[in-house]
Amino acid sequence: MREQDPKERIRNFFEVPYGYSEEEAVAEANRCLQCPAKPCVSGCPVEIDIPAFIRKVRERNFEEAAKILKQYNNLPAICGRVCPQETQCEAKCVVGKIPNSEPVAIGRLERFVADWEAEHAVQTKIEIAPAKHKKVAVVGSGPAGLTVAADLARRGYEVHIFETLHKAGGVLVYGIPEFRLPKSIVEREVNYVKSLSVQIFLNMPVGRAIPVKDLLAEYDAIFIGVGAGTPKFMGIEGTNLNGVYSANEFLTRVNLMKAYLFPEYDTPVRRGKKVIVVGGGNVAMDAARSALRLGAESVTVVYRRTEEEMPARREEYIHAVEEGIKFYWLTQPIRYVGNEKGELVGVECISMMLGEPDESGRRRPIPIEDSRFILEADTVIEAIGTEANRFLLSQFDGLKLNKYGYIIADENTGATSLRKVFAGGDIVTGAATVIEAMGAGKKSAEWIDKFLSGEYDPWK
Amino acid sequence: MNVIRRKRRLAPGVYDFLIENKHIVKYAQPGQFVVIRLHEKAERIPITIAGKEEDCFRAVVRAVGKSTYELCLAEEGSSIMDVAGPLGRPSEIDFYGNVMLVGGGVGIATLLPIAEALKAKGNKLYVVLGGRSKEYVIMLEEFSKLADELIITTDDGSFGIKGVVTDGMQLLFEREKIDIVWAVGPTIMMKFCSMKAKEHGVKIWVSLNPIMVDGTGMCGACRVSVDGKIRFACVDGPEFEGDRVDWDELLKRLAQYRKEEEESLKLFIQEVGDLSWL
Repeated sequence: MREQDPKERIRNFFEVPYGYSEEEAVAEANRCLQCPAKPCVSGCPVEIDIPAFIRKVRERNFEEAAKILKQYNNLPAICGRVCPQETQCEAKCVVGKIPNSEPVAIGRLERFVADWEAEHAVQTKIEIAPAKHKKVAVVGSGPAGLTVAADLARRGYEVHIFETLHKAGGVLVYGIPEFRLPKSIVEREVNYVKSLSVQIFLNMPVGRAIPVKDLLAEYDAIFIGVGAGTPKFMGIEGTNLNGVYSANEFLTRVNLMKAYLFPEYDTPVRRGKKVIVVGGGNVAMDAARSALRLGAESVTVVYRRTEEEMPARREEYIHAVEEGIKFYWLTQPIRYVGNEKGELVGVECISMMLGEPDESGRRRPIPIEDSRFILEADTVIEAIGTEANRFLLSQFDGLKLNKYGYIIADENTGATSLRKVFAGGDIVTGAATVIEAMGAGKKSAEWIDKFLSGEYDPWK
Repeated sequence: MNVIRRKRRLAPGVYDFLIENKHIVKYAQPGQFVVIRLHEKAERIPITIAGKEEDCFRAVVRAVGKSTYELCLAEEGSSIMDVAGPLGRPSEIDFYGNVMLVGGGVGIATLLPIAEALKAKGNKLYVVLGGRSKEYVIMLEEFSKLADELIITTDDGSFGIKGVVTDGMQLLFEREKIDIVWAVGPTIMMKFCSMKAKEHGVKIWVSLNPIMVDGTGMCGACRVSVDGKIRFACVDGPEFEGDRVDWDELLKRLAQYRKEEEESLKLFIQEVGDLSWL
């Protein structure tokens, strides 16, 4: 796919890949073998009928392709951009198994169809079942919440989403940068969910602005999809120096509050000259590439394992390297160094080596003695993961949590320990991907429907 | 929602708002705050809830930076784009006996609902209010009604005792057996109040106002060191025991965006003109 030149794109927040033209999309779709066994479908958490939509692209019937996508996936323009297709549908593609052949670019085709639908203002007719006269509350408007809401609305339920922030979308609006997922696209998908008669109440911190007991009294079922929004800090000396950010704060300022447009927008963010990002996941890549676009002279990612173990999507990593981001493998910060004004001036690191595999199956990083060194830095962004947000869960009396503070929910149905309360997404699994959260939402919607129609009751 | 029903000037650059919002009115408890966003390009800023009147909550704001200047310029009848809340943990209201309440600047407004709730529990209230000069000591009438004893301090001696609030605290500590203290005001004031309370071995609650973004525990911008541990003021606070807070660190963190704040305010004044009348 054609992309913005790295020399250009490090100075703007516009989307990096341009997307397929109609010709390119049809050509790519023609590579699909239309295998009857459909191995790609089994790699998709929401089980889109991939060969069917690709067949319609081949036939240039993009409208029909969009309709097929929407049957399975309420947010195709988002998934086409941020799903890790290389480990999901595309990993199973038969074309990809042929020597010297790339799998069919399913994600890019999905993006093409969703964008085509929006650009041509085609109103894909979605059938909505007759009203069931039952109400469902969805807490959180991220990928899990939006999916549950859309699926239940299509089944005829009255759905209300409660969102704490001033914009719907959760991590899609505060976490993922504009150059990877334009906010106009999130807005478009949110509008689609609203078009199914889902009501979204913004600025509504459940547990404070609306007590949990009122929610339980008023709704027939509740879905909790609040994400795992609390940042983890390594907790090393100097964490509270000025210039040390959590990735959540840095990305919220940049994405949700548009700090890259300061002073036109009022929220500031530090435009560091020498930036260090700690971590090896997609969030670390997002933070590093955002810092670069804010005008950094150098951005360095330090990661305690090696390139092989880093969890970031390959495409994100390659984009980061192309843009000139440096990587220090086998490196762990152990102390932040500040000046008398409380400003960060450097990061003391230690080199690591890999030992035996740990519980995650990856080789455990072990510090090498006498290998300390200091990297100059005025900004550090810790992107080492998140944990369960304490804000809401403590308000749900009787809701069982695991030892990490995440909600214990049935893997298949999303049912929690509390009657009529379901949960899914990061608040159940810990930090994961957008599509996994959507997959959980999809399943929960199905079981909430079964519960509300009296077919299933896990609390009996 | 969020219509400014009434606006009054309390002191130079200090305005008292009544803002319509049924959720906040229904559920807000003393010590809690809201996060507001004035318009599409505005910041999210935390403002404490100073009370309720019918379907409105009360918020007292001092113009210090662009966002607060802009809010203070907002007219009656206009709407605030977003108001999220109530947020934060409510104050621990109980019967303690003799309670000392110390307020400075707009912190006096934060203190008011706490004072009312403590009074309703039967506590005896010893109140110290301070300001730069007479015109900056706000809400005198409300506190005169509530307080069992009211001491005013001003830096220039234009009203009450010439001095700072800790001088008022000292007077009371010498005379009364105080069971617990609340202090709300500028960070530096709360630091010294905490030292004064510690000196007399009395527990003190302070209400912190660090830089905040989302206000729900999601970003970690508002982190403070309390007993050497990282706490988030938005969900673990805003009230903490004052003698456990790392004040010097907090003061440095508050200065984090000073350069950007000055730039923003300068551009705003260029646009709207002189604001010294506010």
